[in-house]
Amino acid sequence: MRQFDTELKELREGIMAMAGVAEEMLELTIQALAEPSQAKADQVNHLDRRMDEWELKLDQQCIDLLALRNPAASDLRRIASSLKIIPELERIGDHCCNIARRVGMVHPPILAGNDLERLGTETRSMVRRAVDAFVGNDAALAHAVILSDDSVDALYGKLYRDLLRSMLADPLCIERASHLILVIKNWERIADQATNIAEEVLFILEGRSAKHPYLRGDSVE
Amino acid sequence: MLTPTLPETKPIKLSVRDMAFSYGPKKILDGLSMDIHAERVTAIIGPSGCGKSTFLKCFNRIHEVAADVDVSGDIQIDGVDIYRGGIDVVDLRRRVGMVFQKPNPFPKSIYENVAFGPRLFGVKDRETLDGIVEDALRKAALWDEVKDRLKESASGMSGGQQQRLCIARALAVNPEVLLMDEPCSALDPIATSKIEDLISELKESLTIVIVTHNMQQAARVSDYTAFFWLGRLVEMDLTERIFTTPKVQMTEDYITGRFG
Repeated sequence: MRQFDTELKELREGIMAMAGVAEEMLELTIQALAEPSQAKADQVNHLDRRMDEWELKLDQQCIDLLALRNPAASDLRRIASSLKIIPELERIGDHCCNIARRVGMVHPPILAGNDLERLGTETRSMVRRAVDAFVGNDAALAHAVILSDDSVDALYGKLYRDLLRSMLADPLCIERASHLILVIKNWERIADQATNIAEEVLFILEGRSAKHPYLRGDSVE
Repeated sequence: MLTPTLPETKPIKLSVRDMAFSYGPKKILDGLSMDIHAERVTAIIGPSGCGKSTFLKCFNRIHEVAADVDVSGDIQIDGVDIYRGGIDVVDLRRRVGMVFQKPNPFPKSIYENVAFGPRLFGVKDRETLDGIVEDALRKAALWDEVKDRLKESASGMSGGQQQRLCIARALAVNPEVLLMDEPCSALDPIATSKIEDLISELKESLTIVIVTHNMQQAARVSDYTAFFWLGRLVEMDLTERIFTTPKVQMTEDYITGRFG
């Protein structure tokens, strides 16, 4: 294998490892909220340091590849998109920390049903599938992730309205509900980050930006 | 053949249709068709022996100095077939200048190198010649460096200066097209950078076709890039597209260094 291909493989494996930490944080965050578990919330915070370390390391790898290898075509697209995917993963870690920080402030539960947990698991699924699309060069899966964002947005909207109704009905829950609104906002942002990763995967594979389809006159699928 | 699809405002200067070229029994170019636009830089890239330099030479028929050459197909400049009878080859070579890989100044003074072409075409008046020489040296970004030593031998110049002198020599006869065959391959990065800046300035008034093995140079200086392989045109497109999203896998393999 050429040295350059080895370096590209190392970058890809580094991103997979960073994404693995992100998925672990997502899983712990879901569990920390549901149980609730401060110990798991603390683990989330602890893992964030590893995300930050990966970000610095992988950023440097990308810059080195650009400076030393003069990449072109699909190599260039992969490295340029990696430079965007890395901070998306890092932000996912930050959002997990924001949610984990509120674990002790949102109990006892305000909302009936499992919508809150479903928001977490659907968002985690989007992240996992976006990373799988990156690893497996799977454009169809990346498209599917982008489409999933609408259902997460809808669920977020429903939970937001439910929380407003709860606050109107019972002012004593306003503090918990306010924290929950921040929690669901963080989940919704993580889903956006997964969408951004999927868009980068499409740029790598198809060579054109998948962002802002309305500017290209394309219909939004 | 794949051609660029963006609207191009500049007219077609050089047009090639179904061109083939052989040295004796050896076919160098085959089935080549492409359009080259005026006031644009078109880079030709491809592995050694793919016919890039031969392709350049067809535009001023300089290959005709070699025996046993056969050219077929249609090559036009401004819509006129340059291989038909009655074409004045000397005038063709005035209109289509050429700069080679290795600087090749005449063993004469700096001034005489630039004045050589205009003299050949009948300019005798000293003042007129002086004006042409200064103008050509200025266009080649060399005037300030040599204006006080025009009578000195060109062989005392640096490699980069000599190459710019060769460009000035080509410019002195008012060409419409400039063919450059790896013009920077013998130069250091500073001299290369000067030639590349010069190419960007010259394309305001000239059509430039450049053969280069340096992929980054093609990316830096050209508007269009054509990839040749085994005497055929594989893909031609806007340079930014060739280097970010080539359409043909063979082009992708070549520019990413995975060819063969």
